[in-house]
Amino acid sequence: MTDLTSSATGTGRELVAFRIGQQEFAIDITLVREIRGWTAETSIPRAPDFVRGVVNLRGAVLPILDLAARLGLPPAEPSARHVIMVVQMGQQTLGLLVDEVADIQLANDGLIQPTPEVGSELVRQFVRGVLAVDGRMIVLIALDDILPSPSHGVIAA
Amino acid sequence: MMDSMEAIRVTFFQECEEQLAELEAGLVAIEGGTAEPDTVNAVFRSVHSIKGGAGAFQLADLVSFAHGFETVLDEIRSGRLEPRADIMGTMLHAADVLSDLVREARDGTALGIGWREVLADLDAIARHGSVPAEPPPPEADEFGFAPITIRIPTGEPEPMASDPDRLMVEFRPHPTLFARAHDPIPVLRELARLGEARIACDLERLPPLDLLDPEQAYLAWRIELSGVPDTAVRDCFEFLDEDCDLVIGPRSTAGVPPEPEPELALGHLPAARTATAPEPSRPAPSKVSAPSQAAPPPPGAATCGDNAPPPTIRVDLDRLDRLIDLVGELVINQAMLGQRVIEAGVARQPAVATGLDELKLLTREIQESVMAIRAQPVRPLFQRMGRIVREVAAATGKVVRLRTEGEGTEVDKTVVERLADPLTHLIRNAIDHGIETPERRLAAGKPAEGTVRLVAAHRSGRVVIEVSDDGGGIDRSRVRQIAERKGLIPADAQLSDPEVDSLLFLPGFSTTETVSDISGRGVGMDVVKRSIQALGGRLAVASRPGQGSSFGMSLPLTLAVLDGMVVSVADQTLVVPLTAIMETLRPAPGDVRALGPAARVLAIRGGFVPVVDLGEELGFSPAGRAEGAQPVAVLVETSEGACAALLIDSIQDQRQVVIKSLEANYGTIPGIAAATILGNGRVALILDVDALVASSGAPASSSVLSTPLSCSR
Repeated sequence: MTDLTSSATGTGRELVAFRIGQQEFAIDITLVREIRGWTAETSIPRAPDFVRGVVNLRGAVLPILDLAARLGLPPAEPSARHVIMVVQMGQQTLGLLVDEVADIQLANDGLIQPTPEVGSELVRQFVRGVLAVDGRMIVLIALDDILPSPSHGVIAA
Repeated sequence: MMDSMEAIRVTFFQECEEQLAELEAGLVAIEGGTAEPDTVNAVFRSVHSIKGGAGAFQLADLVSFAHGFETVLDEIRSGRLEPRADIMGTMLHAADVLSDLVREARDGTALGIGWREVLADLDAIARHGSVPAEPPPPEADEFGFAPITIRIPTGEPEPMASDPDRLMVEFRPHPTLFARAHDPIPVLRELARLGEARIACDLERLPPLDLLDPEQAYLAWRIELSGVPDTAVRDCFEFLDEDCDLVIGPRSTAGVPPEPEPELALGHLPAARTATAPEPSRPAPSKVSAPSQAAPPPPGAATCGDNAPPPTIRVDLDRLDRLIDLVGELVINQAMLGQRVIEAGVARQPAVATGLDELKLLTREIQESVMAIRAQPVRPLFQRMGRIVREVAAATGKVVRLRTEGEGTEVDKTVVERLADPLTHLIRNAIDHGIETPERRLAAGKPAEGTVRLVAAHRSGRVVIEVSDDGGGIDRSRVRQIAERKGLIPADAQLSDPEVDSLLFLPGFSTTETVSDISGRGVGMDVVKRSIQALGGRLAVASRPGQGSSFGMSLPLTLAVLDGMVVSVADQTLVVPLTAIMETLRPAPGDVRALGPAARVLAIRGGFVPVVDLGEELGFSPAGRAEGAQPVAVLVETSEGACAALLIDSIQDQRQVVIKSLEANYGTIPGIAAATILGNGRVALILDVDALVASSGAPASSSVLSTPLSCSR
């Protein structure tokens, strides 16, 4: 764990770092409402491949996205060790399936390096920068486009 | 500040709705001769409260109309006016107009209501005891605006004021008047506005400053008015009369020195000290402390009487829905707990078993109680129909009486709201098409007055509402003709009577030859049926020639839960709404036949219906059904009347499920209406049968009817 107090500089923000396969990613901690273990989903018909289905989150219906598949990585084969990060995006609550949550990083904007030029469309779509921490590379991603236009059925096309 | 004012305004209009409902109910009771002694008072109170609130919001039209209305009601209440049929007709019409005015004021839209004519009628009744045969004099309009000028001088004696020209008013506020946040100044201003007023402040009781208790009321006023009827003066004090001594009398008899003290500008009230107004020695003072049962309730207080309704509170609907959600979760959690206990192998331990049973009972009871909170009696809905009946009967020249039963039947609020349109349409239909003209009724040996009955009742967990008439019944040969002419059925179709009747529900069917503005508004019975089905209900028709017809609808008690069949498809659990299901069967091998390259049909009783294989359609089993597995067919009917057979693997259960939205967090899914959470905590999707059948290309509407298999049972 990074010592949170030592690196707390003015514009620092907290990021939740998590692992998918061999890669590490991070999202803004303010988006994350809770982290829970994986439970079997109910499939949604004619959904995109990265939508695994829906689960019951204390009475609400929570869609589960396979973040690996969404980022173009090999789809996850979920097990009890996988975790679901419940994120709140505006009025929408989503569950993101990842391999494991690593730690919480405090990073000020100076520490976040611009995304290296790579050809991948998905990288351009989601990656907002990279962090180098103790020899690890943590990819900062944005979730804005993670589930395109809700409630209009576009995603279910 | 604006917000709180707006909130009060909202409350006012909510209360108006209640008052209007009570008003209408009371008037109908009086008209029908079933009025309790207190009914007239209740009716008066309703109008009076509306007037009071409207005054606070400066709704001038509403105030003046309510005032005229109230005046007549007061005459009836005091026994000076007999509630004859013609008068009650006007009163009911006035209630409709009042309701329109309230709506106009609430929505801020001008509806162009001819309320001044009705007001003139009311005035005429108040003055002459009858509706004028001739149109009222035009000047009535000019007087319509100001509440006080409604009494046009007629030469008839004013019932209350013996000398309307000069009045002396003594107004002595009690401390409670100020404690209730009233203020005498606006009242005095209002009096000054009514006519020529000389206002004098009586400082007689004002103690020296060191003895002055700031919470006491020391001031009194004497107001000399000319050219103002005393009823108008009384109205100024109507919400104050419990909190003040008020004496209103003709000036000459008030025992006051003829020349009052120097007139005061309101701003300088304490400037002059006046002579004592002698408290006693009034020959004919009419002390205004209205009889308690007729007294307007103080603002904010609930109307009370001998048969006062139990106290209620207003609750934000969102909070209630949150509570219902939470209880839904509790139910699910309880089911899950039960399952876990069984899995843990301790379910047989008596203590655990008893505890679980009690929890289950308790949960069910909580769920039912919470659902009951959202439930509302259908009474207001039924009362609105009274107006429809009057209007349509008047427009068609028929004499119709509406009889309602079971108004206390409670249904979910949303269901009540969404029933208004279909019910209106059914009632219009019953009068326009069902009830005959008085001449034809007499010729048929029936009373000239037709009856439309509106009945609500609870029946096996659903609410049943029936609209029936004692008219001529459905003219089946004509229905057939029209259906044939419009190509809805083949000319040689063999149809039973019920099948002919249900032709009415086909899209594109309308029996009116000429489009009347009553029921032929481009909306057919198919729309009624569809809106009932959208509520999870069913609509059926029964008719006997010469004796009338009846439309019955069966509705769920709430929209938060749904009766569903829990089925398995390719290892997935789905819920099919029970309202769509006609029957289930296990087709014999070979009953499902290929038709064309991809489509399949199911042979059933000599007919064929298109097959929707749910596993394939929803993409759960793209490879098709495993060989040898024998599917179950669920025969469904869409709200458009199309039939289809859904192929599933097995039926698990039939139960009530709590409806959960998918759209909030995800989006709409074609073929899926919503989701629910099962006892094991898993989410199950609820099918949208209409969308599924439509997307799988099954033919819509009527072609199925020509096959021996009728879908419109």
